[in-house]
Amino acid sequence: MIAEIGQFVLILTLVLAAVQATLPLWGAARGDAALMALADRTAIGQAAALLVAFAALTYGFVTSDFSLELVYNNSHSLKPMLYKVSGVWGNHEGSMLLWILVLALFSAAVALFGRNLPPSLKARVLAVQAMIGLGFLAFIIFTSNPFARLSPAPLDGAGLNPLLQDPGLAFHPPLLYLGYVGFSMAFSFAVAALIEGKVDAAWARWVRPWTLAAWTFLTAGIALGSWWAYYELGWGGWWFWDPVENASFIPWLFGTALLHSAIIVEKRDALKSWTILLAIITFSMSLLGTFLVRSGVLTSVHAFAVDPERGVFILGILIVTIGGALTLFAIRAPNMKGGGLFSPVSREGALVANNMLLAVAAGTVLLGTLYPLILEGLSGGDAKVSVGPPFFNATFGPIMVPLVLMMAAGPMLAWKRGNLRTVAPKLIPAAIASVLAIVATFVLVPGGPVLAPFAMGLAVWLAAGTLAEWAGRINLFRVPLGDSWRRLKGQPRAASGMTLAHLGLATMIVGITGSSAWRTELVTTLVPGQSADGAGYTVTLAEVTRGRGPNYNYERGLLTISDKGREITTLTAERRFFPVANQTTTEAGIYTTILADLYGVIGEPGRTPETADAWTVRFFVNPLVPWIWLGAMVMVFGGSLSLTDRRHRVGAPRRGRTASAPQPVTAAAE
Amino acid sequence: MKRKHRRLLVVLTSLGLLGAASALVLSAVEDSLVFFYTPSDLASRSTPPDTLFRLGGLVEEGSVRRDGSTTHFRVTDLKRAIPASYTGILPDLFREGQGVVAEGTLTTDGSFTAREVLAKHDETYMPKEVADALRESGQWRDGEAKP
Repeated sequence: MIAEIGQFVLILTLVLAAVQATLPLWGAARGDAALMALADRTAIGQAAALLVAFAALTYGFVTSDFSLELVYNNSHSLKPMLYKVSGVWGNHEGSMLLWILVLALFSAAVALFGRNLPPSLKARVLAVQAMIGLGFLAFIIFTSNPFARLSPAPLDGAGLNPLLQDPGLAFHPPLLYLGYVGFSMAFSFAVAALIEGKVDAAWARWVRPWTLAAWTFLTAGIALGSWWAYYELGWGGWWFWDPVENASFIPWLFGTALLHSAIIVEKRDALKSWTILLAIITFSMSLLGTFLVRSGVLTSVHAFAVDPERGVFILGILIVTIGGALTLFAIRAPNMKGGGLFSPVSREGALVANNMLLAVAAGTVLLGTLYPLILEGLSGGDAKVSVGPPFFNATFGPIMVPLVLMMAAGPMLAWKRGNLRTVAPKLIPAAIASVLAIVATFVLVPGGPVLAPFAMGLAVWLAAGTLAEWAGRINLFRVPLGDSWRRLKGQPRAASGMTLAHLGLATMIVGITGSSAWRTELVTTLVPGQSADGAGYTVTLAEVTRGRGPNYNYERGLLTISDKGREITTLTAERRFFPVANQTTTEAGIYTTILADLYGVIGEPGRTPETADAWTVRFFVNPLVPWIWLGAMVMVFGGSLSLTDRRHRVGAPRRGRTASAPQPVTAAAE
Repeated sequence: MKRKHRRLLVVLTSLGLLGAASALVLSAVEDSLVFFYTPSDLASRSTPPDTLFRLGGLVEEGSVRRDGSTTHFRVTDLKRAIPASYTGILPDLFREGQGVVAEGTLTTDGSFTAREVLAKHDETYMPKEVADALRESGQWRDGEAKP
């Protein structure tokens, strides 16, 4: 019964979306306020209806209603409650329902909080959102109905893929979707602006917080997924340049570019058509990502069972969305003249260069990801290839170098016309710190690639340059510390957010360099009590115990790690066997210090009676990996801090002005 | 700076960047393309011993043998089979009778040394290349139960 309500509500949402995609648009064209205002109500109605549908599906999972095909395929009565809930989106149908729910929530947020948006712009934004929603709702209802029934109902379910039964992955898809789908806001604003034929600073002010929120969620989502792969897959790696990973990384790169170009539109009224184009591309890449992940046209190590026919449907949505938006862009963009002129050496110039480099970098990742498809198409299916990490390291890496070099200097440049001669002295400390870091790395860390110390120098350059810019803003050491403190508190949160995000990237570069340059590993076979030397440590398999978890049986190996006789830690590595899914997962034992992760995994014991007690043990020393997660957290924190900036809240400036008006009076009275 | 000059500068810089990126891509693509072969493909062509490629097929029933931390197995497309070995911990879903994609090189005696065995996330999943290869060798038709 509950599921039928969900089914009914989905169809109702489709009707609401159809109304919202058409009438408000017509109303905006004719200046009919009532028709435009209709969009608010349908947007809130859609969100409410989809919440009901989502709750209905969640209810089915929580109560283990196996008469629902989806629950039968992806759940089991013995599963812990957290994974019964996360099982809702741990499958194709449920995850598409989550996708569309997030889209509707974003639309509802515009309807509720966008009170001071011009009514015609708001109506058009919501109409475009509804068009996207219409495509995906039809996709869910016609190809992937989450509420399909099974008759007769089975007694128990087939269980959720055990790899997904993990807290990190339980929250990875919602965060990722908040990011992916969040970029739909930038897209809808861009298309609405094209229809209106007007892009101004106010438009950019409305777009920026949405883009920033999406970017922050996507950053957190990608980092969480990467962290999960790191500790759950037991390969010791955290990024594989796999198509599914690239599918989330390409929108991130374009989204980062969009974040920066929107600043120019807001502050300088320039670069309008480029920003519109970026907004369209960013969301198109999110759609492409959804298509690549859901269709399985590319072989991915992360691939889940997929259905090609669904892929064709998403491809259709993709073509209509991108084609429509780009056609509109081609017709309308020539009318959008930018206002502000600027010299190449200026804040705008640096941001333009940032955009070019990010776009080119995203382009190479896209090319590498799609190359196997292109080649297979050209050769008529004969040539099957894959493009691996060496390609991405050789193309993406070199493009990032000038970007990071400029990142330190960019924020120091003045708007409109900067002067390198005034900026250069501020960068001298960063240059010195960077050279010191290169020399220190060469001397202290022997071995590894020659380029690694330079990468460390690059990270220090960025960190020191960013800190120097921050210190300059608060006049650190040039005025008494108390004055600096007051200036720090007076900093706009967006500026502090920028500093944090840039520092986060510097931290991340340190981690990426460390883990890819100096990783060492040991693979061996040990019987309990036996030791082996490798990767600079002595690894002892202390004991292996067997036992039962909530819905699995485990083999738990205790690995004692010691350095020259001194015991450092004992790692607990597990292999879990899930009888329901007939599948085994690996739980790595990880000991984290500020400098490295010690990472241990156990494999299968031998199969013959003599070797039944000999376990394969794999031990990694992953230098600086914690810095990657730390960097990502700092970036996410920077993004969140910037979001709370009152200037980002639409309407806040006006209220701010009236609120701050009495202040001089009180100051005078004092 | 005039608008015309600025635009020219932006266009020239973009072209320069794109040129540099294309050069990077072209030089990288040459060494980093990894081809996919089935055991039958390997029989019909000569592959030099140190070329990295991906071998795909099914893990032959009864062929898995452990020797210390090295695992020996045979990869088959149900027409031909090739002996393979891998040192290290195999992915959790590596099993006899299941699809496998491994990246590595041929040794001089014609056996395959895997550098990496690609993991899958799902036991019902069949790597696309393996499904295509089995379809080609006539061993698997769509809609049938997977072998």
